[in-house]
Order: sequence, then C-alpha cells, then structure tokens
Amino acid sequence: MYGKRSRFLTIMLTLGLAFFYIPMVLLVIYSFNHSKLVPVWGGWSLRWYYELFQSPEVWQAVSLSLQIAVVNATFATALGTLAGLAMVRFGRFRGRTLFGGMLVAPLVMPEVITGLSLLVFFISLNQLIGWPAERGFATITIAHITFSMAYVAVTIQARLTGMGQTLEEAAADLGAKPFKVLTAITIPQLTPALISGWLLAFTLSLDDLVIASFVTGPGANTLPILIFSRIRLGLRPDINALATIMILVIAICVAIAAIVMFRQQRADMLDRQMAEREEG
Amino acid sequence: MTDVSHKPSPTSQGSFVSLVMRRIQSHWRQIITVIPFFWLLFFFLAPFFIVAKISLAELAIASPPFTKLVEWTDSGIVTIRLVFDNFVYIWEDSLYFDTYVNSLKISITSTLLCLLFGYPIAYAIVRSGPVAKPLLLFAIILPFWTSFLLRVYSWMGLLADQGTINNLLIALGIIDEPIRMLYTEFAVYIGIVYTYMPFMILPLYATMEKLDNSLNEAAADLGSRPANTFFKITLPLTMPGIIAGSLLVFIPATGEYVIPDLLGGGNVQMIGRVLFNEFSRNSDWPVAAAVAIVLLFILVLPIMVFQYFQGKASEEQ
Amino acid sequence: MTVSSPSGAAPWLDQNEQQPLVQIKGVTKKYGEVTAVDNVDLDIYPGELFCLLGGSGCGKSTLLRMLAGFEDLNGGSITIDGVDMANVPAYERPTNMMFQSYALFPHMTVEKNVAFGLEQDQVPKFDIADRVHDILKLVELEDFKKRKPKQLSGGQRQRVALARALVKRPKLLLLDEPLAALDKKLRKQTQFELANIQEKVGVTFIVVTHDQEEAMTLSSRMAVMDAGRFQQIGTPTEIYEFPESRFVADFIGSANIFEGRVTEDGADHVRVQTEFCEVYIDHGHSVKVGSKIWVALRPEKIRITKTEEAAIGPNQVSAVIDDIGYLGETSIYKVALPNGDIFDVTRPNQTRPTHATQQITWEDKVNISWESSSTMLLSK
Repeated sequence: MYGKRSRFLTIMLTLGLAFFYIPMVLLVIYSFNHSKLVPVWGGWSLRWYYELFQSPEVWQAVSLSLQIAVVNATFATALGTLAGLAMVRFGRFRGRTLFGGMLVAPLVMPEVITGLSLLVFFISLNQLIGWPAERGFATITIAHITFSMAYVAVTIQARLTGMGQTLEEAAADLGAKPFKVLTAITIPQLTPALISGWLLAFTLSLDDLVIASFVTGPGANTLPILIFSRIRLGLRPDINALATIMILVIAICVAIAAIVMFRQQRADMLDRQMAEREEG
Repeated sequence: MTDVSHKPSPTSQGSFVSLVMRRIQSHWRQIITVIPFFWLLFFFLAPFFIVAKISLAELAIASPPFTKLVEWTDSGIVTIRLVFDNFVYIWEDSLYFDTYVNSLKISITSTLLCLLFGYPIAYAIVRSGPVAKPLLLFAIILPFWTSFLLRVYSWMGLLADQGTINNLLIALGIIDEPIRMLYTEFAVYIGIVYTYMPFMILPLYATMEKLDNSLNEAAADLGSRPANTFFKITLPLTMPGIIAGSLLVFIPATGEYVIPDLLGGGNVQMIGRVLFNEFSRNSDWPVAAAVAIVLLFILVLPIMVFQYFQGKASEEQ
Repeated sequence: MTVSSPSGAAPWLDQNEQQPLVQIKGVTKKYGEVTAVDNVDLDIYPGELFCLLGGSGCGKSTLLRMLAGFEDLNGGSITIDGVDMANVPAYERPTNMMFQSYALFPHMTVEKNVAFGLEQDQVPKFDIADRVHDILKLVELEDFKKRKPKQLSGGQRQRVALARALVKRPKLLLLDEPLAALDKKLRKQTQFELANIQEKVGVTFIVVTHDQEEAMTLSSRMAVMDAGRFQQIGTPTEIYEFPESRFVADFIGSANIFEGRVTEDGADHVRVQTEFCEVYIDHGHSVKVGSKIWVALRPEKIRITKTEEAAIGPNQVSAVIDDIGYLGETSIYKVALPNGDIFDVTRPNQTRPTHATQQITWEDKVNISWESSSTMLLSK
C-alpha cells in the first residue's frame, strides 16, 4: 500500500533512523581515538587496532566463534529444513502439535532459560554416560543448533507454503516417486531459503552471548564472551576497534549480497524482455 | 530414545550399504521427521524436565551443587516438602518477588514504548514510494545482522558520565554537572527499545503492507477524517501485527540479561540477571532452577498466544 | 464449431462396441462439511476431447485432480483402461496433466522439463532425445530447447507444458484451464491448435474450463457442472440446442425462459399455453397434460417484424421495443411482452445501421415469432 506520508510520519521515520544509526556511527568514530578514555577525544590514531591484533586471546575467540558458527549453520540448516518439510509437506502425524510447539518455542524463549536448561542437561548427561566430560566447542555448538534450527525451520516453512505444491504435483504426475520429487524439485526450489537460513543461523551463533556463557567451560571463550568480559568493566577503546571491524565485514557482505541480487534482477529483467519481444 | 534405527547385522560391507540405502528409500519420510523431532525432544524438551527436577532438589555441597535425583525420589513425602522449600523461598524472599515485578514492569513499559515509536515508523515505511520502501526496510533489518552486544555497548559510550551526550550538553552550556544516565533504569529502557524495536516494526510492517490503501480512500470518500480513519480502520486491521510485535518484544525482554547487566549495572534488578548470577556466583542451583521455572510459568501464556498466532498466520498463507 | 473425434463415430452412442477408457462411478469428494464433488458418474471413450465446464467452485478441478491422483476419493471409484485407480499413486497413473499455471520447473531448461517424465520411466537416453525432439517439433519449439521457462513468452510456456504432458504418451491427458493464462487473441488461436494436436496424437483429452466458448470449440462431448454434480452431458450441439434444465439453458449462451402449462402432448408435437401466447413445439417430449413446464428460446432464433397488427396464432406475440443495445456485430433488442416480461432478441448487423436503414427503433410496435422447432422444453 502506497500513499501520502504525512509530515509527522516523516519526522518519526527520520528520528527512528537517527536513533538506530547514530550510536553505531559514534562507535566507529571513537575507535580511531588515540585517548585511552573512550569519550575524550585525543586525536586520530590506529593504536587500538594495533593492540587488538596483538592480542592472541582475540584471535582464539574469533577462531572458536567462526568454527562454531559454520558447524552450527550447516547442521541447523539441515535439521531445520527436515523439520520444515515435515511440518508443511507431510500432513498430519502423531506428535505434530508437540513438534510444532518445540519448533516455535526457541524463537521466543528467554535465553537465560534455554542456557540454564542446556547446562543442567549437559551436566546430568555427563553424570549418566560420562559425556560431555568437558564443556566448550561441542556443547556450545549443540546449544546453538537447537535454537538456530527453529529459525531455519520458520524460513523453510514460509518458503514451502509460499511456493505451493503445484511443481511437486507436476513432477509426481510425470512419474517421479516422492523421494525423487524431493531431490529433483523441492530441494532445488528451496535453495534461496536454504542460503538465507544458513546465513541466519551463522549470524545467530556469532551473536549469542548468554547461551554460550552457560554451556561453555573453562578456556573456551567465544568472541561475544570475550567482548562481554571486557566491556562489563566499562568502555574499552579496543572493543570499539573490534566493533568497527565487525561492522566493516558485515558492510562488505551486504554489499556483495546487494550486487548479486542486483545482477539477478537485471538478468531476470533481460529474460522477461526477451520473452516479450518474441511474443510481439 | 537413544537409538531409533534398527541396525541389521551386516554380512558384508556392500549388502549393508545397499540395505541402508533401501531403508532410507522406503522410510525417508519417517527419517526426515524423526531426526529433528528427536533432536528437539533431546536437547530442548528434556532439559526443561531436568530443570524442573532440580528445582525440586535441595542444595548440596557437591559438584554439581544439588542433591542427586535418585536420593530424593526415594520418598514421595520428602519430595513434596522440597517443592515448597525452593518455591516458597522465592515467594517469601522479597528480592526475588520484587525482581519479578520489576522485570515485568520494565518489559511491559518497553513493549509499549516500542509500539508507540515503532508503529509510526512502520506506517511511514509502508507509505513510502516504491524505491524508498525496500531501502528503508533494509535499514531496519540491517542492525539484526550486527552484533547485539556491540549495539548495547554503543549506548554505554553515549550514556556514560563522561559520555558523548553529557559532553555535548556541557559543551553547549545546558548543564554544568553530568547527568547520571548509565547504570540507571532509563539506560535499560533505552537499551531494550533500541535492540528490540525491529522485532516490533517488522510484524507491523507485514500486516500494514497487506492493507489496501483503497480502504483509506473509501473511508475518506465516505466522509471520515484521517484520525477517525486511523482509529476505525487502520488500527483494528493491524491488530495481528501489534500482537505479534508486542509478544516478540515482551517475551525476550522479560528474561533479558545483557542489557540490565551492561546498562543497568547493579542498580536495576531484572530476573534474567538474578538467574544468571545465581548460577555463576551463588551456585544455589535448585533455587536458580526454581527461579527459571517460575519465569517460564509467567511466560507460558504469552508464548502460547504467540504460537497460536504464528500457526494461524502460516495457515492463512 | 466442433472438432469430431478421429474415428468420426460417436463412441458414446454405441456402448456395446467400445469399452470406455475412463469410468467414473459414484465419485464423491468432501472437504469437511463442503461437498465438492457429489456422487457423479461419467464414461469417457478413447479419442474423446471431453470438456468439464462450470463456474468456479463447481467441482470440475477437484474431479480432474482426483483423476490425476492428487486427491483421495470419499466415495465411488475411478477406473482407467480397466484398472481401478484406488491405490495407484499419481506417479504410477497412465495420465498426465497440464497445469493451469503450467508448473514448469523453473530451474530446468525446456528440454529438461520435457525429458523429466521420460527419465522417471528409465527410458534409454537416445530414445529420450528423439522423443523430446519430436514433441518439441510438434509444438514448434525446437529452437527454444535450451531456454529456461522464464525466458519464454506465455504462449511458449503453454506449449512447453503441453509437450511435457504429451511426451509420455499418456492414455489420458488432463488439462486444467489450459488457455486461461493467455490473452484473448492468443487464446482463440490456440483453441484450434490444441484441437489439431489432439487429433494428431490421438490421446484422450479431458479439459477443465470455465469458458463456454472454449468448451464449445474444443470438445467432442462436454459436461456442464454445478454444485458438484453434472447438470447435463452431451455434444456441444446437444447442450446448446437441447438443454435439459433452466441452469444449462441459462449457463450456455443466453435464453429467454418462461413458464407455461401443457395443453396437448402428441407423439410429434407438444402444445403449451403461456401468459402471452400459445407455444407449439414440433417434437415429442414426454410431459403430462396440465403440468407446469419451462420453455426457453434463444435470442438469435426469434424474428422481429415491425407491424401495428395484433399477432394471431401460435409462436407469435405482439410486443413493444423497450431498449436496443448495439454490440457491433449484432444488436440486442429488449422487447416488452404484454404480460410485462422482457425478451432478448439478437439480430446480426448485416448492413451498417444508419438512420435510413434502421427500421426498428425505440417504442416501435412489433410482432415477435419463432420456428416451432426452435422452442426448447425444460423439465427442471
């Protein structure tokens, strides 16, 4: 729905965007501050970037977080896709309501509860079968998969409902057995949702502090845990530098995504023009 | 529950592989359903039951710091007494009770603030032109992809005694002494509204986008003034978005830990923070588990309402 | 215009000679409380081009989807070529479907789309290539085989969908609104192409459509469907010239329908007294004398004569021109009868209407009349 935008709405929109972006812009600016006290300007400097790169702690945390994020995103996409398929395409089955509930609950469950329950679960499991003896990479990854697969499932469900069943029916009509329909038609059609699901799971994992803090063990610090332990005591210019780098990485990714999408749209437009020319 | 596949004893590698392949071919639907289903049963649902059990245990000087489940299930009577122990403790200790109340106060107020500011923003985006609309939407979604922790951190720099806002106000001569903003409830409100606003705007946008502008035109044509049209037509029709957005803010905000910890310091008590600290410092796990169970109990109704709307929305598609 | 079946005969008439290809017996489909298809029976013979015609929600698409195997039956049975389809899944049925949206696989080229069905049947590779080539030639798309569906125009996509459904040489081809997505001009042209292709390949077609002109043009036989039931089954001519009910008379083309009472029922004629004249029908119809009956007249079968004299005799009524609508190729006259009924009468504009040639105008007193063979008696 389009329509006229009143002055009040324009003002609210402008204020809203300012509210969203000014803190981040300031965060970036102060990362180049020479002064040790973040809000006191001491001239331009790259000092904090240098100090950041000197810290092996930071590198370890980045590496651990990325490993967890990649493994999590891959497993969560696989599991979330299966769950989405089961919910949308397999009709009624026993336990469907429970399954659906468990799929939506992680989206809104307070992180402290999820984190706490997984921690006591891992401890009890350790008492029972002796695994996990140590908490860290494995436990954080399992915890992340559990909540990110819910997000992936929602993405996949939306795509499955959106694309309808006609293509799958057409394949069945042409003699494709259900499993073949899944591999030849459904999965290829889901590709965009699989990609966005993977990226979403990846980001969620990189962003999580609370659940990781609960289920981690000594020595296994993810990047958010490291950042949190530092900023808890107050402002830290090296964290500003780290934030700037992360924002930069995201900006680059977004730019790449935008270029890919733009090209795709242009290709689509050319295809459409080609088709229309021939019709006339 | 541990092993769902019925493994045959393989006579040779080849026949085993082909047998597995055949099994997958004929039971793939069950396999597809069972794998995520059991993952969730195991790693999502089962942990809650363990928390519930621990909340019924008593503190012990051990690692982990609670009495073993087997010991206290020996006698039913003991169990019932222990139920009262942890939960009655939470009820009677004013610290916990007040913290629950305070958490709800903060999350409800923040939800209303998000709605108050988010609604006009969503409406403004919906009414934007075809070029501006996707860009504005993108601008709202973008913060999602940046670190939540760093977004909260950015406000520490703004609100600190020596922070940007105070420095600016002093430089402009408006104030002489810095106003204390960081480590107050005000800062917590700012933090929650800042980080949860997109969760309010996006569902609102989704419902508003579906509304046909000709409804507004029809109302105007029938003599309704803009304000009347808004309250009689637009607002009722966007109710699903309001409910979804409000629940998406209210539920996680109630259990929020990072924002009260970083922006509220020790001055703002919220239940998520108490829970976290109970676990990491006091190590009174049975009480912490009971605190979590009570929090879950408070949020069960809103979560179920959310699921109901979520299910209805996906059916409508 | 009708395209007759290849054999030229009418297999539905000599039922002893030929086995029906499709036998639908007592088929019922319910969605909760709503009955989409209500206990229908139908036999379709090899080589037919059968149209299911009806408005939206009449159950025609549901019936088609039950034939394809996408919907379960709540009652009755479907037999194709002597085999009960009850436990045969969609992918094993000897039917193929052309979807309304065409349902072309967007990630596959035209060639791959057409080959998909053959690949499922493990047809040898070189054989697939040959058959894909032949069928694409039939629909004149050989040059487009490397294209993706989105690089094709609407008409081309429609032909790919047809080729993909035909290439498996199904016993029965199901077409769900095959022309609905095309614009009007292309649709008319494609109607004939579709009928020609059907004649060439000799496959039995069942076409679902809401467009009566399409059904009339395409079909050897058609069924008019409403509220989950068949209202009438017959050739287009039978349906148009001899509708059995008010619904069919009104749904196919337009009709002036009025009530009367049977006064005489002979072997070769029927007389009906109405409020404005006596109607004489020159064909037999088993009706009871004295019973109430519905009579229908097609607007193009009524003559208008400008006259001041009162009409005398059967099948003639004095009337007044109430309104005239100029439609280009024809004009439609709204004629007021003595009892207040308004009849539609159409006349072709064989000459350009000018003031000089326009003989009939508003408020003119006229007589309307019709042939005794044009009257249609409706039993319900």
